[in-house]
Amino acid sequence: MKKKAFWGILILALALLLIYAPILILAAYSFTDATSIGFHGSFSLQNYITLFTTPELKDMIIGTLILALAVALISTVLGSLGAIGAFYSRNRSRFILGTVNQIPVVNADVVTGFSVCILLVVVFGMSKDSFIPLLAGQVALCAPFVYLSVLPKLSQMDPSIYEAALDLGASPATALWKVVIPVIRPGILSGFAMAVTLSLDDYFVATYTKPATFDTISTYVVNATRGAQTSVKTALWALSTLLFVVVLLLVLIGQRGGKKQERKEAEA
Amino acid sequence: MRFSRKHLALPYALFLLLLVVLPLVVIVVYAFSDSSGQPTAENFIRFFTDPNTLGTLFYSLVLALITTLVCLLIAYPVAYSLAFSRIKRRSVLLLLFILPMWINFTLRLTALKELLTLLEGNLAYHPFLNSVIGMSYDFLPFMILPIYNQLERLDRSFMEAASDLGASGFQVFLKVTLPLSIPGVVSGIAMVFLPAMTNYVVLDMLYNSTYIMGSLIGSYFAAYDWHGGSMISLVLLALICLFTLLSGNSEEKPEGGRRL
Repeated sequence: MKKKAFWGILILALALLLIYAPILILAAYSFTDATSIGFHGSFSLQNYITLFTTPELKDMIIGTLILALAVALISTVLGSLGAIGAFYSRNRSRFILGTVNQIPVVNADVVTGFSVCILLVVVFGMSKDSFIPLLAGQVALCAPFVYLSVLPKLSQMDPSIYEAALDLGASPATALWKVVIPVIRPGILSGFAMAVTLSLDDYFVATYTKPATFDTISTYVVNATRGAQTSVKTALWALSTLLFVVVLLLVLIGQRGGKKQERKEAEA
Repeated sequence: MRFSRKHLALPYALFLLLLVVLPLVVIVVYAFSDSSGQPTAENFIRFFTDPNTLGTLFYSLVLALITTLVCLLIAYPVAYSLAFSRIKRRSVLLLLFILPMWINFTLRLTALKELLTLLEGNLAYHPFLNSVIGMSYDFLPFMILPIYNQLERLDRSFMEAASDLGASGFQVFLKVTLPLSIPGVVSGIAMVFLPAMTNYVVLDMLYNSTYIMGSLIGSYFAAYDWHGGSMISLVLLALICLFTLLSGNSEEKPEGGRRL
């Protein structure tokens, strides 16, 4: 038994080492003036200064964040309403909606991006500079995941609480807003979070639908690796490190929040 | 018209129709027409007779297959050790394994690329190997999570019963644990195999100049050949449908995101 536990821990430790070695080594080198990892460099914050003072980099980061929030907001409203409506629809319409909803989930992002671009830009003649193809494409990518995370919360809900609200004189809209939405809020919130991460991570939809002068982190990084601008390259190490720290903090906070929620539910 | 709760789905239904169904219809139409709008099967014939596109298809399949295998070989022991460990804060440990999913994948690949460059000197020497490493690094969490979820919810009394009846530890694994974990393995494969066929950014960033299905679409896109690009998309779509049907209507909902 002891031996088995030892092997288990060894496997987990090795896997964690594999996963985190590149990120942590890069993080360490982001605090030096080395131009490649493995080279000797002395301590320097230049990469972080470059990251926050170069207009091109600053715009790219802020643009990516605003885009992700906008996409997540639209996706959450559309997807949540879609899930609520589908839940109260007849079986057939719910089946059709669920099936179509599954298409972007299993489809390759390249195909999603390419097809949205063909429809909006080539067929409808829309300009990419309007940001509409980019927004529409990323919402098509993210909203189905909101739908999928809200729907199970609706099935878990006690249907009689909505009826009770109506019996007590609430209008359907009020009952929905004051009773149903609060109950399914965890699903809506996790759908929103998922939409934010999907948008932040997206390269394929963005590259086919974005305005030529606009870059997201993904498209910027991919282009930067093609060029040889060392100062930008090493500034991206700083960005990678910062993102890692932010994600780590968010996960830890989420973990705490989840624990509290569990305890509350256990007490109730 | 009286307000009914089901009407709330109308905006979303309309959105899906306009931005999911309609684009696919357009793809089909474009794939089977030429630049003057005349219906033609030429794109179709060209795809299946051109050795370059067929070679690309083959290369994508092989690359995706090997990547999936590597992910599986690493992910299964990890998921198994995690699911059966006695560590108190297992959920925190699981989070450490899936946390990379939330860091932008191009930045993670940048980190990997720097490390590989240090180890190999020049990335151009081993393009295929580097692509497999890059893809496996990128997709590993998507294999660990479903297998772990499946192993975690297995009824432990099955394994206890097997060992009470005299099975050795290895026999228990082979005859009980492994077969019961197959649904998790299948959904893990689905989440790795398809993206691995199309994610050409990994190849791009690691200096692999060979085309895979995704980059083929990109090259037609760059050449403004919407009809050829649509044909590739359609072939890819058909492969995805086929694979999704093959991997069974597993009820496993994607958890914690996904990427292609």
